[in-house]
Amino acid sequence: MARLLELTLNGRPRADGVKDNLLLLDYLREVVGLTGTKTGCDGGECGACTVLVDDVPRLSCLTLAAAVAGRRVETVESLAQDGRLSAVQRGFHEKLGAQCGYCTPGFLMASTGLLRRNPHPSDDDIREALGSNICRCTGYVKIIEAVQHAATLAADGLKP
Amino acid sequence: MNEIVPTRNIGDYVPMVDGPEKVSGRAKYTADLITPGMLAGHIFRSPYAHGEIVAVDVSEAAKLPGVKAIVTGADCDRTFGVLPIARSEHPLARDKVRYRGEPVAAVAAVDDATARQAISLIKLTVRDLPAYYTAKAALAPEAVALHARKPRNIERDVLFELGSVEQAFAEAALVREGTYNCAEVCQNQMEMHAAVADYDHGRDRMTVHASTQVPYYVHLMLSQILGMDMSRIRVVKPHVGGGFGCRTETLNIELIAALLARKVGGAVRMVVNREETFITHRGRPETDIRLKIGMRKDGRITAVECECDQRGGAHSGYGVVTILYSGSMLYAIYDLHNVKYVGRRVLTNTPPCGAFRGHGTVDVRFAFESLLDEMAGELKLDPFALRRANLLSAPTFTENDMMVNSYGLPECLDWVERESGWRARKGKLPKGNGARKGLGMACSHYISGASKPVNWTGEPHATVKIKLDFDGSVVVLSGAAEIGQGSSTILVQTVAEVLGLDLSRVRVVTGDSEVVPKDNGSYSSRVTFMVGNAAIDAAQNLKSVLIAAAARKLEAKPEEIECLGELYRAGAQDKGLTFNEVVTEALKDTGTITVTGNYSTIPESHGGNKYRGAAIGGTMGYSYSAQVVEVSVDEETGVVTVDKVWVAHDCGKALNRLTVEGQVQGSVWMGMGQAMSEEAAYHDGLMLTANMLDYRVPTIQDSPPIEVGIVESIDPHGPFGAKEAGEGSLAAFLPALTNAIADATGMRFNDLPVTPDRVFGAIEKRRRTKGGNGHT
Repeated sequence: MARLLELTLNGRPRADGVKDNLLLLDYLREVVGLTGTKTGCDGGECGACTVLVDDVPRLSCLTLAAAVAGRRVETVESLAQDGRLSAVQRGFHEKLGAQCGYCTPGFLMASTGLLRRNPHPSDDDIREALGSNICRCTGYVKIIEAVQHAATLAADGLKP
Repeated sequence: MNEIVPTRNIGDYVPMVDGPEKVSGRAKYTADLITPGMLAGHIFRSPYAHGEIVAVDVSEAAKLPGVKAIVTGADCDRTFGVLPIARSEHPLARDKVRYRGEPVAAVAAVDDATARQAISLIKLTVRDLPAYYTAKAALAPEAVALHARKPRNIERDVLFELGSVEQAFAEAALVREGTYNCAEVCQNQMEMHAAVADYDHGRDRMTVHASTQVPYYVHLMLSQILGMDMSRIRVVKPHVGGGFGCRTETLNIELIAALLARKVGGAVRMVVNREETFITHRGRPETDIRLKIGMRKDGRITAVECECDQRGGAHSGYGVVTILYSGSMLYAIYDLHNVKYVGRRVLTNTPPCGAFRGHGTVDVRFAFESLLDEMAGELKLDPFALRRANLLSAPTFTENDMMVNSYGLPECLDWVERESGWRARKGKLPKGNGARKGLGMACSHYISGASKPVNWTGEPHATVKIKLDFDGSVVVLSGAAEIGQGSSTILVQTVAEVLGLDLSRVRVVTGDSEVVPKDNGSYSSRVTFMVGNAAIDAAQNLKSVLIAAAARKLEAKPEEIECLGELYRAGAQDKGLTFNEVVTEALKDTGTITVTGNYSTIPESHGGNKYRGAAIGGTMGYSYSAQVVEVSVDEETGVVTVDKVWVAHDCGKALNRLTVEGQVQGSVWMGMGQAMSEEAAYHDGLMLTANMLDYRVPTIQDSPPIEVGIVESIDPHGPFGAKEAGEGSLAAFLPALTNAIADATGMRFNDLPVTPDRVFGAIEKRRRTKGGNGHT
């Protein structure tokens, strides 16, 4: 079966015909063409596909596209505004929170979600919020520094 | 007026030049290359561990609407492999299947669902053969050979004995022996393997985009497998989501995608899932080690005897090199003279192993540093003192003819000893009930690129080109594969440094065989050293062209020209020429300027000939690492927590402190995964851990702070003195951890990974036997 999916994607209203069994991840990558969101595993293991649904980090590989009807979905492509990187993006770039970059969109979205609900996280808050995202390059040390740097940039007025 | 000075571009914290793409979602990886009309490729894999192929029946699959092409072993009788001496693997099995998951057939269809359905309709019939899942089973006298060319299932045995080993053991004050087992581990890089192959039927040309560390090797193997002239092939490496060695050889995935694309006359996108990525494997083999060390009372090592068996899997891959590294890299860290090594690389009915980060050195280093710790305890020597009693003095050649020119291990030891507060805290941490704390240390080393390349062609080891045109932008062209380690950033930095220009003037183009010069690839930590030196050479050649042009315009001699990056002048009083003015003048001669830079290793670094394979281990520069690990062991649960790691790494010269720190932290952490939780487990050859829940990599919540000390020994041959930073710190973590656990609990773990189950089992065993510090 198929249906018409209406949602707000990266700030813009959008409507697409989708099959009932289409995953949000495949909808974003293959229907819309937003390939920033990554597939890293066979389902729910790695966090690379994390997006925000109404500000809450969700695994798009375990979410049906049909389930986000009427909701606000945000992907990594929405973070920069007017060509300027967000605080979280700058944090990861400047502190080397990204090496190969493949897990990075998931970490960015989970971190953005964290800073929206907790602008001044402790290191343990960061560990908890990013506990289901796997990175194989960094050992996470610089990811924690990146999120703390982002929190500082956001406190100085940059969009988180 | 501000004084114009050349911009300094090395030695600082420099974010990666491709970072903005990665944090914005714009970076395209192979699986992101989705275009309308592209076919989906899927692989049918053997469910059998070992058998003679009787039939591969694809007739039902071929009838399925939407299926465009099917390939089987019958479509390709050629073999591939990374080592010219061991090219024995078919992209799709012929005659025999040798491991569960080996590709047998593949389908290209209009979409994923159709391709998957077609796969389910393929029938494989085999005549069963006995299968061997351990090295020991495959070595049994009655075992059937996996490959006819290797009747005893030994891919390679290595034996060397240098010095007077027997006599040196007899003269030792203390001789101890240990046995060690390290589980097989996988790279498990975040990006699953992917290839997009596009065949242009009219022009008979093949373009392949692949998630690889070695585009040149992929190019070679595509030519070999397809029987196509290399000039008809183009290989593109998009952004790559990590490698850690599993992509340092051509994988069957890109070859199968190309076979399908040619058959169908179009584009096929092959993205395998996580389970298939695990099964494609090329990880670190399960290794059994028996190690014996003889020592004087002052801790000086007199003799070493090491036996090493590796379960290599069903095909050779890098196996010959791996088993040689395990022997040769006993050297070049301590001053050893009497060493015997016996290594066996065994063929088994499991997925093929490969060149995992720290290639061949890690498990032997774990054994070596564990036994040193144990012997230090018996001799009542501090573990640091024991290492200091065995240091090399550079420059030197080791007993197996390895060239050591720079040696920062003493400074690494000093740094971690000081920063961890070792002297004040060792032996004085709380050992109460519940969490017992301990400190452990160990050392490791690694090469900065193998001195002899796998494919010896007589060319320089690395070539870089620079293009400069009317716009004044400096464009570096290099085949060095950026896989997240930061090679593109290092190239931009080195070229900008030589020319004294700001980084923003320099761009880098890489990853497309149509445009960039060939490069051997990103493996054995060769890129900063070799490609970095080639980039310096290219930039110096460009600078000479610019100085000559400036001299002509300023009516001066070239040696009078001072290059200040954005300004060229003849003496301090001269107003000089801007960079753009110099470029305009230089272009008058030749139009667009292109310069070449090369780098080759020197023969002294190529190893000797005291045993067969003695070139393996030869390099222009070894990196060194020392680590201290602090742990808490919960004796109620067996859970080990790493509280902190101090690591010092001698990288010669840190060209980029940010990426050096990132590489060192990542190495240490990857060592932690191997030491504590990672294990590829099988049931009758079926991988049980082929997902990221059962194959347990540490999460951010398991991971400790890792403090990095950078030691700069300034290698005489390194680019600005630099050596490798991306592998050498991995190995030391493993023994530093088990040495710390021994310090905390008195229990020594010689088998990896040290899981809570293992620790708890050992604690229970000790409780039952009332104390004792025995081995587990």
